[in-house]
Amino acid sequence: MLPHINFAESNINFLGHRKMAVMISVILVLVSIALLATRGLNFGVDFTGGTLVEVGYPQAVELDPIRQQLADNDFERATVQYFGTSRDVLIRLPPRVDDPDQAALSNEVLRALQAGGPEGVDLRRVEFVGPAVGEELREQGGLAMIYALFGILIYVAVRFEWRFAVGAVLALVHDVTLTLGFFALTQIEFDLAVLAAVLAVIGYSLNDTIVVYDRIRENFRILRKESTEFVMNNAVNKTLARTIVTSMTTLLVLVALFVLGGAALNNFAIALIVGVLIGTYSSIFIAAAAALMLGVDRKVLLPVKKEGAEEETP
Amino acid sequence: MRNAYPVWVYALIAVAILAGGLYALPNIFPEDPAVQVSNARTGEVEPAVASIIDVILSAQGLEARQVEEREGQLLLRFDSADHQLRSADVLRGALDDDHVVALNLAPATPQWLRAVNGRPMSLGLDLRGGVHFLMEVDLNAVIGTAMERYTNEFRGRLREERLAFEDVERSARHLTVTFASEQDRAAALTWLNRQYRAELDFRERGAGEDSSLEVTLDSDHLTELRRLALQQNISTLRKRVDELGVAEPIIAQQGESRIVVQLPGVQDTARAKEILGATATLEFRMVAEGTDAREAQRTGRAPSGTRLYFERDGTPVLLQRRVMLTGDYITGASSGIAQDTGGPAVFINLDGQGARIFSRVTAENVGRLMATVFIETTTETTEEDGELVRRTSRSEEVINIARINEPLGRRFQITGLESTREAHNLALLLRAGALAAPMSIVEERTVGPSLGQENIDRGMQSVIIGFIGVMLFMILYYRVFGLIANFALALNLVLIVSILSLLQATLTLPGIAGIVLVVGIAVDANVLIFERIREELRNGMSPQAAISSGYERAFSTIADANVTTLIAAVVLFLFGTGPIKGFAITLSIGVVVSMFTAIVVTRAIVNLTYGRRRRIARLSI
Repeated sequence: MLPHINFAESNINFLGHRKMAVMISVILVLVSIALLATRGLNFGVDFTGGTLVEVGYPQAVELDPIRQQLADNDFERATVQYFGTSRDVLIRLPPRVDDPDQAALSNEVLRALQAGGPEGVDLRRVEFVGPAVGEELREQGGLAMIYALFGILIYVAVRFEWRFAVGAVLALVHDVTLTLGFFALTQIEFDLAVLAAVLAVIGYSLNDTIVVYDRIRENFRILRKESTEFVMNNAVNKTLARTIVTSMTTLLVLVALFVLGGAALNNFAIALIVGVLIGTYSSIFIAAAAALMLGVDRKVLLPVKKEGAEEETP
Repeated sequence: MRNAYPVWVYALIAVAILAGGLYALPNIFPEDPAVQVSNARTGEVEPAVASIIDVILSAQGLEARQVEEREGQLLLRFDSADHQLRSADVLRGALDDDHVVALNLAPATPQWLRAVNGRPMSLGLDLRGGVHFLMEVDLNAVIGTAMERYTNEFRGRLREERLAFEDVERSARHLTVTFASEQDRAAALTWLNRQYRAELDFRERGAGEDSSLEVTLDSDHLTELRRLALQQNISTLRKRVDELGVAEPIIAQQGESRIVVQLPGVQDTARAKEILGATATLEFRMVAEGTDAREAQRTGRAPSGTRLYFERDGTPVLLQRRVMLTGDYITGASSGIAQDTGGPAVFINLDGQGARIFSRVTAENVGRLMATVFIETTTETTEEDGELVRRTSRSEEVINIARINEPLGRRFQITGLESTREAHNLALLLRAGALAAPMSIVEERTVGPSLGQENIDRGMQSVIIGFIGVMLFMILYYRVFGLIANFALALNLVLIVSILSLLQATLTLPGIAGIVLVVGIAVDANVLIFERIREELRNGMSPQAAISSGYERAFSTIADANVTTLIAAVVLFLFGTGPIKGFAITLSIGVVVSMFTAIVVTRAIVNLTYGRRRRIARLSI
């Protein structure tokens, strides 16, 4: 049996260290933004346009003969790398703007590989995205993220109070920026699946933040005499067990996905693992601190009933 | 205090378990390798064909295990993929051009399950292998085609009506009709307005001897033309795909000018591309005899009423501007060998109207030369000033010039094609009809069959392992309550699968990833509840009160948390394309289902286990 970690009795002064936590986060966010601005994301064909061909061989192959074979057939700009195993090879071709029949490129690549290079080539996957479509997908992705943030902002503002909504969105922006920063730092390919993962991180991170805020609201009703900081700190501590257990179980399935899901899901799993770790950190250290700094207190949440009060009752 | 649900809640849960189990069931039956035979012309396979097929296959020792007739198609199930492939080859060779033979995987769902509408989930292309194309239709080309048509119509009809005009000139977006005087223009305008008011806008330009009319397409009419063009392209694509012999294709409009084509199981993507995007059609024109084509080539000026064309070997030839017949009237085409020359040929059937027109014009021209023009349109994207510009180029080649010996009727042959493959493709394209506007592939996603199977295996494996890991953790950490949560988790999976099957939503690899994430989310609800119960117990509450309070207090938190996840999932669904949609669907369904299983179902079991006892020493939590 697992020992029952006694989080309930934990009374760590998270908010006492809020200045440091916020400082660390601000620095990390700035570093992420700097990375995004300088190195940028390593966008996959989904967003840049271009052609990607995955081929499989019956036994391990060397990449050089394949590169040579492609270069001999006028595919000098092709990048060739292993995908998962040394029997799977990924070939990328940048978009060719002036080519009348870009969609046929993948077939030409395959024909070139069948004509020479290692034996027994098998076409496993082709992804071709026209330059215009790539641009659209990038736009749509950005829009989706903004709409999701707005939808959430409104929901939290209605269910709680606008300061909480701003705090929740700040925590979200923090999580998303750091996750994107991680992808800029490692230059892991950023494709549609990773974008979906980042959007899932928004959902997950919010989950965590809402749980903490819910407890803060409840605590204000129960702990009538205590200071705002104490009430919030208590809420973070009371939800600590849940935060950690949930992160652990979620990470458990994500690690399974990472290890067993195959190369196709690797980047997706990495994005979620990183996002969940950051989301867990932010819901413990940042969410409550943001609410406190934005001026959330008992009056805001439990307004004294008086005429013309703007605050909404939770 | 006791914890109990009203009877109807237990009944609801029982119904959910039974219905969920029932509709998830079709997914555990394997799929049979099958061959599907359909008739592309009549849409119905004659009963006699079934017995012929039976004889053909028996002769090769390839009996089908089972033959079914569904919606006019024959479905032959085989015991092995090897028999399936061999049978398909044999049948393709034995049956005529009208019959299309396609490979398929037919679910082996038992009859009683099918009777209650139980069907397995449909698998996305990334799991079963196949091609996904996104095609962009060049709708601006519609204007050019319409202008071409009006030019011909104006010339013919103004002459018929004896309305004087000088010429009809065509430019990219409008026509200019020139007149010798304003009176002529006024007369023509009155008549044109009566005939074409709904379709065209006329503007008077110039005066006196330079009077002319500028003719543009009415904007409503243009919108309508574009809509029709897109529809015609979709129906043409559908026919072409049927001709290719693909089981269960998807062809649908996406956005204003795009068409999605999904072809499960297609391996020869090169041929699919060639056929789908091709715009080949035929035109028949009379040769302008007695003119000097070389002179026209040198000066770049064709005599009036004629146009310069080239034969395949580059020989110039002048043809009449007037088209005798277009490919639109062709109802049937098959490829074969020409009896006289022994070269590849296409045998063509015309519809009634086409046959009437053709026999009239050929009768008028017996003894003269007629040319067959092969027209292909291709679209290319080029970059100009940083902007992507799409251009359509049209290649027109004279493939055959022959003397008309006698009036041609409903059926005739054309020759001059380069290879049997070209003859075969042309026949296919003519059968399926022309595209109203040229298209190009702007996105392709192909997954080979081996990768598809691998994706299923790996996806399933990671779901199962992740699932077992979580279950072990829950039992170790929450003991009996963990066991209860695990039951709810398993039910959650069954319900997701059954809902996906009922909706016939498509399961994709990202969809599987969504299910994995749902496992994490579903557990979270139980963690929230159980932690709350523990807390209440520590605060000195009685076990029964702690259960009740734990569930109640955790509820609003769970609801808030799940609604926000749902918001993100719905946004993903609305904005995402293909793969992201799959993820959003399973995530949304999973979140909703997990609310039911993690809260209601676990509470019901907890109530049944502990709720009726008067005194509980301690909870196993």
